[in-house]
Amino acid sequence: MDTLELIALILTSTLVYSTPLILTSLGGTFSERSGIVNVGLEGIMVMGAFSAVVFNLTMSSSLGAMTPWIAIIVGGIVGVVFSLFHAVATVSLRADHIISGTVVNLMAPALGVFLIKAWYGKGQTDNISQNLGYFSFPGLSDIPIIGPILFKNTFLPAYCAILIAVLAWFIIFKTKFGLRLRSVGENPQAADTLGINVYAMRYSGVLISGLLGGMGGAVFAQSISGNFSAGTIVGQGFISMAAMIFGKWNPLGAMGASLFFGFAQSLSIIGAQLPVISAVPPVLLQIAPYLLTIIVLVAFFGKASGPKANGKNYIKTK
Amino acid sequence: MNDRSEKIRNLLVPVLSVILGLILGAILMAAFGYQPIQGYSSMLDAALGTQRGIGETLRQATPLIFTALGFSVANSAGFFNIGLSGQALCGWVVSVWVALAFPELPKVILLPFCIILGALAGAVAAAIPGFLRAFFGTSEVIVTIMLNYIFLYLSTFGLHEIMPASYRSSLDSSNTISQSASLRLPWLTQMFGGSRVNAGLFLALIALVVVWLLMKKTTLGFEIRSVGLNPFASEYAGMSSKRTIILSMVISGALAGLGGVVEGLGTYQNFFVQTTSLTIGFDGMAVSLLGSGSAIGILLSAVLFSILKIGGLGMQTGAGVPFEIVNVSIALIIFFVGINFLIRLMMAKFFGGKKQEEAVVTVEAKPANQNQEGGEL
Repeated sequence: MDTLELIALILTSTLVYSTPLILTSLGGTFSERSGIVNVGLEGIMVMGAFSAVVFNLTMSSSLGAMTPWIAIIVGGIVGVVFSLFHAVATVSLRADHIISGTVVNLMAPALGVFLIKAWYGKGQTDNISQNLGYFSFPGLSDIPIIGPILFKNTFLPAYCAILIAVLAWFIIFKTKFGLRLRSVGENPQAADTLGINVYAMRYSGVLISGLLGGMGGAVFAQSISGNFSAGTIVGQGFISMAAMIFGKWNPLGAMGASLFFGFAQSLSIIGAQLPVISAVPPVLLQIAPYLLTIIVLVAFFGKASGPKANGKNYIKTK
Repeated sequence: MNDRSEKIRNLLVPVLSVILGLILGAILMAAFGYQPIQGYSSMLDAALGTQRGIGETLRQATPLIFTALGFSVANSAGFFNIGLSGQALCGWVVSVWVALAFPELPKVILLPFCIILGALAGAVAAAIPGFLRAFFGTSEVIVTIMLNYIFLYLSTFGLHEIMPASYRSSLDSSNTISQSASLRLPWLTQMFGGSRVNAGLFLALIALVVVWLLMKKTTLGFEIRSVGLNPFASEYAGMSSKRTIILSMVISGALAGLGGVVEGLGTYQNFFVQTTSLTIGFDGMAVSLLGSGSAIGILLSAVLFSILKIGGLGMQTGAGVPFEIVNVSIALIIFFVGINFLIRLMMAKFFGGKKQEEAVVTVEAKPANQNQEGGEL
């Protein structure tokens, strides 16, 4: 394998593994900017993966190559519905954010496997036939050197996710909605006195995180796992949360951190094909993303502090 | 009078949560064409219908009591320990490993040795997030979850690559431990129709009493609780919140480790490759939340969840209902515990009239929850 192919291989697999993390960590950013800690991202990803796989299996014969893309949207919608649980519990009913999020995480795989068993009679679905395959940008892929690395046989959803990250940055920092969202997460009382509807802002923060988390799960299921079972999503939601913290609650930072974690995850898969890395014991590569998450948190969490009212319930006084 | 109504509400919240969770589970079953009544009756039948069933239910409750106690100790110090399953796994692996390494030692030495080392392994595993939280302010929720995955992969690696081949019966499972390290008691096994219930149950009951004494009657317990309530005030009163947080995590991890020990030395008598995090971790957390951290509450909810778990297996074979419905119900029960504000408000509305309703609203609206500077360390 020559160097060019090697770089292209590393880059493409990094993009594949990063995409679900980028989307989900952006979701986490919206939720925590509004002041709601969303530990349930993991469960939301599970539901996104579940619904995308079921949709894909059911509709692929009639929708053809468009199936996985529509399934991503379906996964996002199911994510919104599922995150409503968390939103109602934390915003309206004053539940502890971590307990409510943990309930989402406990519920999602159980419900997913229950439904799979009820519909298909077994604990794991078949493999989907329509994957989010590789894509070459027409024209751009012919550019020498850059073309084959960045634009040939690459992963299109990753580019969409990067675009969404830029869009999220614009929304959070440059629009009226973003300013209100942030102010509610920093000081809900002050925001309330200025006439901002705290509850509505917090609901929208959590629901957006449901949308993006569900999309992240859908991308993961349709590019990496290929089916749905209880073991489809193993910690990606939590890694996304760490990426959000690493990225200092900034969409672009979260995206960069997700790319880093995606690279770490992809190493355990493609490591055997790479020089030097192939000499590292596989178990080290397996635990690397989790270990790196802890190291990054230790190194950066002290310096980065999140939204001030993050994790605190707001109770409107009469 | 206000106080009494409040106490009754505190007691009714978990009861109502269980009832609501089970009803919603039944609705879900019915919605997908299963028979809920047949399902629940075969559940009760499997869990409590035979001597063996009762024994298995008690066997299942044993590690849950340990992990729930572990969760409640850390939770009292304001530390959300989701790493129980990783810590239990450490206890399991280490206790079985030690038992396999010294099969010739007499029982009076080997058994306590295995138990203590297993508990220590859990304690060390939990000390890591405790230390990181105390000195670097790292979120324990994410660290403990990441450690769950790390311990899971390391346990498989340890079994495959580090454990001497002579300790293993196959690539994926270790030999059965010798009699002198086993927690099984022949008379107990016989009494419960050959089930796997073991002396771990008595250890769990002792642990319930010990932890209750520790938390309510000792200085350390007082410090743990006060740091959990307000770390700054505790610091001001001369307690070291760093030391207390780490200590509470060490105790929590030791208890979770014991949960793994009773699985290894009692239930399974060996160690085999685990593909997912141990369920006793998250279930123990659920038990503790439902039992609101009190000794008697933990005992009752551990038995209840064991009935659900063991009965759930019977439900799958007896009524064809997928086992996962049990986990859905458990999640729903904890959801209702989480939104207890609503349940309290409803109860006050129905039984106490306007005055009670207002009392609930004011009690629940205490500023502790919305303190801008936060009460967290």
